[in-house]
Amino acid sequence: MSASVLYDAPGPKARRRNVIFSIVGALLIAALLAWIILTLAAPRISANGNETPGMFDQSRWDIVSEPLLWDAFLQGVLNTLRMAAVAAFFALVIGIAFSFARTARSQWIRVPTAVLLEFFRGMPLLLMMLFIFLVFSTGSYWAGVAALAIYNGALIGEALRAGIAALPRGQKESGLAIGLTPVQTRVFIEFPQAFRQMLPIIIAQMVVLLKDTSLAYVVAYDELSRTIKNLQNFLGNNYLFTLFIIGLAIYLAINLTVSWIARFVARRSGPKMGKTTDGPKVPGADGTQALILPLRGDGPGSGYGGGAGV
Amino acid sequence: MDAIIESTPLYLEGFVETLKLLAISGVGAFVVGVLVAAMRISPIPTLRTFATVYTELLRNVPLLLVLFFCAFVLPILGVDFDYFVLACIGLTAYTSPFVAEAVRSGFNGVPIGQAEAARSIGLNFGQTVSLVVLPQAVRMVIPPLINVFIALTKNTSVAGVFFVIELFGASSRAARDHGDAVILVLLYAAFLYLVITIPLGTIAGAIEKKVAVLR
Amino acid sequence: MRLKKGLMISAIATASILALGACAGGGGDTESPAAPQEVEFEAGTTMAELNEAGSITIGTKFDQPLFGLKGLDGNPVGFDVEIGKIIASELGISEDSIEWVETVSANREPFIENGTVDLVIATYTINDTRKEVVSFAGPYYNAGQDLLVLEGNPEGITGPEDLEGKPVCSVAGSTSEKNIAEYNVDLITTDTYSNCLEPLRSGQVIAVTTDNVILAGLADQNPGEFEVISNPFTEEPYGIGLAKDDTDFRMWINDLLEEIYEDGRWAEAWEATAGTVLKTPEPPAVDRY
Repeated sequence: MSASVLYDAPGPKARRRNVIFSIVGALLIAALLAWIILTLAAPRISANGNETPGMFDQSRWDIVSEPLLWDAFLQGVLNTLRMAAVAAFFALVIGIAFSFARTARSQWIRVPTAVLLEFFRGMPLLLMMLFIFLVFSTGSYWAGVAALAIYNGALIGEALRAGIAALPRGQKESGLAIGLTPVQTRVFIEFPQAFRQMLPIIIAQMVVLLKDTSLAYVVAYDELSRTIKNLQNFLGNNYLFTLFIIGLAIYLAINLTVSWIARFVARRSGPKMGKTTDGPKVPGADGTQALILPLRGDGPGSGYGGGAGV
Repeated sequence: MDAIIESTPLYLEGFVETLKLLAISGVGAFVVGVLVAAMRISPIPTLRTFATVYTELLRNVPLLLVLFFCAFVLPILGVDFDYFVLACIGLTAYTSPFVAEAVRSGFNGVPIGQAEAARSIGLNFGQTVSLVVLPQAVRMVIPPLINVFIALTKNTSVAGVFFVIELFGASSRAARDHGDAVILVLLYAAFLYLVITIPLGTIAGAIEKKVAVLR
Repeated sequence: MRLKKGLMISAIATASILALGACAGGGGDTESPAAPQEVEFEAGTTMAELNEAGSITIGTKFDQPLFGLKGLDGNPVGFDVEIGKIIASELGISEDSIEWVETVSANREPFIENGTVDLVIATYTINDTRKEVVSFAGPYYNAGQDLLVLEGNPEGITGPEDLEGKPVCSVAGSTSEKNIAEYNVDLITTDTYSNCLEPLRSGQVIAVTTDNVILAGLADQNPGEFEVISNPFTEEPYGIGLAKDDTDFRMWINDLLEEIYEDGRWAEAWEATAGTVLKTPEPPAVDRY
């Protein structure tokens, strides 16, 4: 439902009211931010009356000029991206495999797959990573990649299955009619369409995957958030806030970029489908990535939901 | 097997705490999420912008950093609560954009003709939303919402790093006490998590099927 | 046509991604080590195996100041690290061929059991429960659990008895946590000791508890803010963890430890690392069981 249906276009009174609200709102937010910054900048008084410099004091930020610090951060970012990229790839592969298994005609494949999928979707990523790490004694990298790939693969598998189920039945029927076997129909006709339809959801899930790499700290993998922790341990606890801000900025930058790419792809592949309802419901993926494909070219309404992490 | 029996009290405590986190953060996230969704579709541009920025910001920050902010920075700002409360604030804040998105997708799922018809008989924004759109949207919102709550259940495990007792932390204590049965101990913890998430998933699937028939 | 092109692109993408994962996922170097000393070992013993292989994997902590702390260049430094280096050089393995793996508390035993590491030197307290799963050489240092409070000790704490019912911070899954729980404290836990400093500063907890050497390192990193009570209430003998039935290796390490107690290398290692903050103690007696 496009928002503008719910209320009239603003008239002069409404416009004036909106302007007033904007100004008041902006002032309130600015005041809040100012208060936060001032409080943080004030010297910190510990419970015993001990005074330490404020959060923005020079002594807390002198490490910023240390090149080794940025080397460590760069390494953390690279590790994060490495894990995310490889995990994304395997998640796709596993997702495709799961979707085929889940829609197999034989019950012997379908039911165990469904059970397995429920299992993987319900387990916390932290636990899964630790488990793979200890049981299969892979290195921390492959434990993290495997856990991320399996978990996201399960979600993507569900998405693809919903995509195939939402295709018009005529596709499958015409495939069979021209003499293709069911498997061939699935591979050559249904699957590419479902994939393209579900592509925005899948990419949104990749954004979630990127965020979830931060959980690889539990297997001692040096991705970005663990780098922050290591640096804090090495350089001292008084740099905690500084390191946190730097890490936050980096994460926001990376994630916003990937999100933007996802939105770009969503916009491009959305209206082409020519559907006038929003996309097929993806059980299990909804709410974790409730992607709204644009309705009749409806631009601003199309957001997408990134999955809740873990 | 002794490992499991001996660590059960520890696990039960963690399990109860996890449920508490889930319940409180779930309700909080629901309330905040619905508010944010309402702001997102409201006629006032300021509110729309605020809701959009809020959603974008929180969706692109890892949970670890959100909880870090709540546990370490908020006390400096004077928000001096118990760490459990701070963790709930963090989880609520992190989950609310996903709730908002789920609610919004529910809204978008209601055929546009409904809103048009409501407007054409003269209902204003508040009436349209509360009398016409919301009741229909609620049916479609529940399955995605349940999935958000399943994710929240699993996210509570991250809160353990920030001074809160919960199930995953209990499993590391049990692993320390039973160094020879670490795998078993972890499986036990996984089982307890599944006790929460699988019923939720089943409910979601059942509601989904019911809604499909009704449509 | 499009399908073929798609397949080709996928194939190239697959190959590059796998290459990315493989070459990046590695990390151990494969340079042939220059053995610092030529040593001979009895065939079939772990020492001979490690000597042959020319490399050793040692598990240590990466987040404990003074004992095992990962530096900005990625290599750990500290007393545990120094002991590890001495052992490696006596095995005829050069310093560069030591692979340092981070062992967090929960995975010290599994790592030894499944062979991920050959030794664990990670502020690893010897106790009987652990002896059922792994064996210990040493101890190489006697720590004790102690309390860290704010400078000036405003609450007037002298020992764990004063903490009854009060909030205290430690690390989840550590022996320190277990020990302090016996004093009926209000325990909050996190995953690394330096996180505990914030609650201590803001007054949410009144003490942080773990081994005194770790506390000393923390106090040293934050000058003037904290102090250690210096009243250790437990005995924490740090040992070198290795596979349970490897008596030969264990006895060899015990012999080596006694040797370095005598010839000053132990004291040297201490002074280079933990000794910057703490006085050099007497080395503990090795426990051969």
